[in-house]
Amino acid sequence: MSSVRVLVGTKKGAFVLTSDGKRRHWTVNGPHFAGWEMYHLKGSPVDPNRIYASQSSSWFGQVVQRSNDGGKSWEAVGNNFAYDGVPGTHQWYDGTPHPWEFKRVWHFEPSLTDPDTVYAGIEDAALFRSVDGGKNWEELSGLRKHGSGPHWQPGAGGMCLHTIVLDPSNAKRMVIAISSAGAFRTDDGGETWKPINHGLRSAHIPDPDAEVGHCVHHIAAHPSRPETLFMQKHWDVMRSDDAGDSWTEVSGNLPTDFGFCIDVHAHEPETIYVVPIKSDSEHFPLEGKLQVFRSRSGGNEWEPMIKGLPQSDCYVNVLRDAMAVDSLDECGVYFGTTGGQVYCSPDGGESWEPIVRDLPAVLSVEVQTLP
Amino acid sequence: MSAVTIRVELPAHLRTLAGVSGELVLEVAAPATQRALLDALEMKFPMLRGTIRDQVTQERRAFLRFFACEEDLSFQGLDALLPEPVLHGKETFLVVGAVAGGLG
Repeated sequence: MSSVRVLVGTKKGAFVLTSDGKRRHWTVNGPHFAGWEMYHLKGSPVDPNRIYASQSSSWFGQVVQRSNDGGKSWEAVGNNFAYDGVPGTHQWYDGTPHPWEFKRVWHFEPSLTDPDTVYAGIEDAALFRSVDGGKNWEELSGLRKHGSGPHWQPGAGGMCLHTIVLDPSNAKRMVIAISSAGAFRTDDGGETWKPINHGLRSAHIPDPDAEVGHCVHHIAAHPSRPETLFMQKHWDVMRSDDAGDSWTEVSGNLPTDFGFCIDVHAHEPETIYVVPIKSDSEHFPLEGKLQVFRSRSGGNEWEPMIKGLPQSDCYVNVLRDAMAVDSLDECGVYFGTTGGQVYCSPDGGESWEPIVRDLPAVLSVEVQTLP
Repeated sequence: MSAVTIRVELPAHLRTLAGVSGELVLEVAAPATQRALLDALEMKFPMLRGTIRDQVTQERRAFLRFFACEEDLSFQGLDALLPEPVLHGKETFLVVGAVAGGLG
């Protein structure tokens, strides 16, 4: 019988949650790396026992952990993220030049074909790759040097490369997103990049239709339709059907279109999920009601999925990497909150139950569907 | 001058990361400077690379301090010789994390 393993990164450690395919009874294992910020953990699609984890702290910097046994044991691997060449400057919050400085790894994206190859999205924004299981890291500097890099500015959370989407049908194509520079795509394996922000409109920047400068919060795609991308921007939920060359807004009837996370149903490429957040200055759900909104039409028409979620006095946030889906026959949907809850819906969003209620603030959630 | 034996105490998180408990004893090549001590520490415990000093700039991390003999050695520079009592094993070289509540 299939089972699931949920990898949870929190502000004070990592947790591994496991269940059989019914997803009703859970075992909670952790904290791993207690006391450290665990921005992201993700397993290899080709070897689920291979997991990469980003461990960091203000005191001790960045550590990269690797597990070869599904999270039972870990070993520290390489953590030297040296920018290619003289890194130069980007813009600081006030528009002045600021040196590029490595701060932390926000996101790991293991290769779809090789467990030893993994991509890392870091702050200050850059993309790195390891081809030896995380021992050594090399910057794919064509992204940072493509031309607009000196004009990138950090968002409130820092200038982070937080999203990496690999194309299962085209090994040379990759989409990434940076707060707050926007989305970028390579079609040649990371050598050259171009901004893919046409159609995004951000009222809070000097040129609302600028080529770069948009605060993209997350991008998701269904593996069977890599040309179709769904985006939760700072404000606005967007979709593209041409791999990001153009975007249209699909916020539709959402009660607020601010938010951080977005994901796609494992078996229905037009079914997507978001968690609307009140505003950029009030990072919690509207009216204290935690609501996942689902669209089965690829956007525009949304329905609240609230059964089992708190509908009063709830003021948590759901961060950009804190939603995931499993690929069991009945798709499970998962998300974690800054209040330390991790919720599971084993029925595609129809109903929710907390797997665990009292973890440290959840930074990321990833799910592995195991045979 | 031959190598000297230095006693080192790390913050709890770094002891866990290195898989050690209590005080460490390191053989440090002469001249026994802060840099030589950190080189020896990172050679013996490679998982500590980057956690005490930046791997690119080699600068001490801002929220860490070096103490010994009831003195703050943090601003002496990496090429400063360790104090005599540390060189003779009478005192411990302390790597200390800043006391800060932070954001929780």
